[in-house]
Amino acid sequence: MKIVIGEGSCGIAAGAGKVHSAIESALRGTQGVDLGLTGCIGMCFLEPIVELRDGETLVRRLVRVSEKDAEVIAAAAVSGDLSMLDRLCIQPEDEEFLDKQTRIALRHCGIIDPTGIDEYIACGGYEALKKALLNMTQDQVIEVIKTSGLSGRGGAGFPTWFKWNATRQSPGKKYLICNADEGDPGAFMDRALIESDPHNLIEGMLIAAYAIGSSEAFVYVRAEYPLAIVRLEEAISQAKSRGLLGENILGTDFSCDITIKAGAGAFVCGEETALIESLEGKRGMPRLKPPFPAQKGYKNMPTNINNVETFANVPWIILNGGEAFAAMGNQKSKGTKVFALTGKIKRGGLVEVPMGKTLRDVIFEIGGGMIGKSAFKAVQLGGPSGGCIPADLIDTVIDYSAISATGAIMGSGGMVVLDETTCMVGVARFFLEFTTNESCGKCVHCRIGTKRMKEILERIVKGEGKEGDIELLEELCLAIKDGSLCGLGQSAPNPVLTTIKYFRNEYEEHIRSKHCPAKQCRNLLRYVIDPEVCTGCTACARHCPTSCISGRLKQPHSIDSDKCIRCGMCVSRCKFGAISAE
Amino acid sequence: MSTSGSSDLSLLDGVMSEYSQAPENLITILQKAQDIYGYLPVDVIYYIAQRTGVKPAKIMGVATFYSQFRLEPVGKYLILLCNGTACHVNGSEEIERLIGEKLFIQNGDTTADGLFSLRKVSCLGCCSLSPVMMINDEAYGSLTPEKVIDILDELARNARQEEGL
Repeated sequence: MKIVIGEGSCGIAAGAGKVHSAIESALRGTQGVDLGLTGCIGMCFLEPIVELRDGETLVRRLVRVSEKDAEVIAAAAVSGDLSMLDRLCIQPEDEEFLDKQTRIALRHCGIIDPTGIDEYIACGGYEALKKALLNMTQDQVIEVIKTSGLSGRGGAGFPTWFKWNATRQSPGKKYLICNADEGDPGAFMDRALIESDPHNLIEGMLIAAYAIGSSEAFVYVRAEYPLAIVRLEEAISQAKSRGLLGENILGTDFSCDITIKAGAGAFVCGEETALIESLEGKRGMPRLKPPFPAQKGYKNMPTNINNVETFANVPWIILNGGEAFAAMGNQKSKGTKVFALTGKIKRGGLVEVPMGKTLRDVIFEIGGGMIGKSAFKAVQLGGPSGGCIPADLIDTVIDYSAISATGAIMGSGGMVVLDETTCMVGVARFFLEFTTNESCGKCVHCRIGTKRMKEILERIVKGEGKEGDIELLEELCLAIKDGSLCGLGQSAPNPVLTTIKYFRNEYEEHIRSKHCPAKQCRNLLRYVIDPEVCTGCTACARHCPTSCISGRLKQPHSIDSDKCIRCGMCVSRCKFGAISAE
Repeated sequence: MSTSGSSDLSLLDGVMSEYSQAPENLITILQKAQDIYGYLPVDVIYYIAQRTGVKPAKIMGVATFYSQFRLEPVGKYLILLCNGTACHVNGSEEIERLIGEKLFIQNGDTTADGLFSLRKVSCLGCCSLSPVMMINDEAYGSLTPEKVIDILDELARNARQEEGL
């Protein structure tokens, strides 16, 4: 019997590390039970997760485990009497979360031990590299990727083979870069892929390096992902020690080294030319294209940049053939896509589905629908560059063109579910605050335009919006899109454009009626006490910082709205639920 | 701006001999320097300029461009408050307001006693635990106002005890 603990970053944040130590000490002095770890299983809503395995077979999956459960888990594993674990076992309907997915990029995540190389090799790891290096020419590798229809998973969806081929055809020393600067708030697919299966990324990168003829590769990782950096460093040194990385890989003429570069916190560095600038030690400001990186990239030499998830698909494609990958998905987009499903969702986590599924499939079939009683309102795709897709477009198919047609973008895979308690003007303001901070400042329209938009949105949520604000926002959106050099500026207006397109009435209600339908904008709230429910306990009045609540003991109280600063203290103090916001 | 200061520059020797040759290593050098000093003191920036041949103004440009770099020392406890989308829809603004009111600091500030610094970060990637904050590498999830007050009180108590010892 083996006890395996899911130790990705979010598992550890939920307490998996402490559970690990507790089980380790509970097992001390016993025999016959091994303790190990794996990466992110993807069921973030059930973390920390502990699995009992017999060989390859999963015997029990225990969820929301705490340190207190360590003794009983150890005892059950040692004695073989698993009935004592029943209360910790995963519910059958939660298993659907994994059962309804098709995992290609995530195929090893939560299964193998990411801190060693052996389990990766045991499940067919580095076979694709062998096949490519020993039996395929560079052109054949590119041809297979072309057949597969694999396109850039970082968001833009550009055909991968085309970039590879363009770099290969350009003269001079070639560089390969993996973009792991996953800056979208609400997205953590790439982090999970690196933390849970680092060798898969290395293998994918090596195959790409071989195809384009590069001997020097970089992984540009966000500095906020320390665990991913550690696991990747370990994996690189393990691969080197096995002759899978470095000089004369697998005894062939092909040599390639991979260096990790930690980013320093700049969202714009997810843009490929800004990333190259940053890699060169400069401020991460985008370059004018053309020339494209495939012609002049890092150190002005031909450079190919792909995202983590793109590389993660490559070994599977080489092993199983381009046709097998292209068989998944629909006419326009091939293969699968990984999403980080979060927000007001019942079952949040990592989801990989074939292209062509609908948003409804992901949110309701896999994610189990909404977490609270509030109804589904919209889903935010693509982070600050994307947009909000409303409830009546829930049957939108997941492919690059169908998502773009809504005004959102596929993006790198952040999928944040919003319910009726989310103010859409507030969401737009939130993203504009983000892009204003992250604009590199090179283009005037992006630097100043986003700031002006943020100011207008702030005014609206404060109840100071005026007629013409919506039209002004729309005008600014178009100007920023036209006047910006890179994807950050060109897509920064998307959250505003989509919320105006689908939730214009909410903007109008804020501006004309000074009312927030989601009851989120503090300045627009009015607190009232229901005299039927109020018992006159005086708790609210005693805690009100401005003493705006009056009333006698055991008599219904009332709030003077003019004096109220809308701090919400009374609501949290009322034990009877008598106070509500209007 | 004074170019001389009180930082022990010899601590950088190892970093310099490994990285100072190539200009593309500038960000790595700054990261290592910040690990050593806790922030980037001005005299360290001038020293790096002297050793790498990159102009001090260029280095300041890089140091101010990236959010990771700090030009001021931070408090004993660095609170990284996640401001990702999932945290936002689950109430991170309320948490920020509460921390601000309790510690009398805003984003980017350090308390007068040097105990706490507050920094809003774009996403810590623990979205299922939102709202989340991270204090000195430990993540605290599913925050409520009560929980935040308890955590801050306990850290302040710990710090006082340590000083007492």
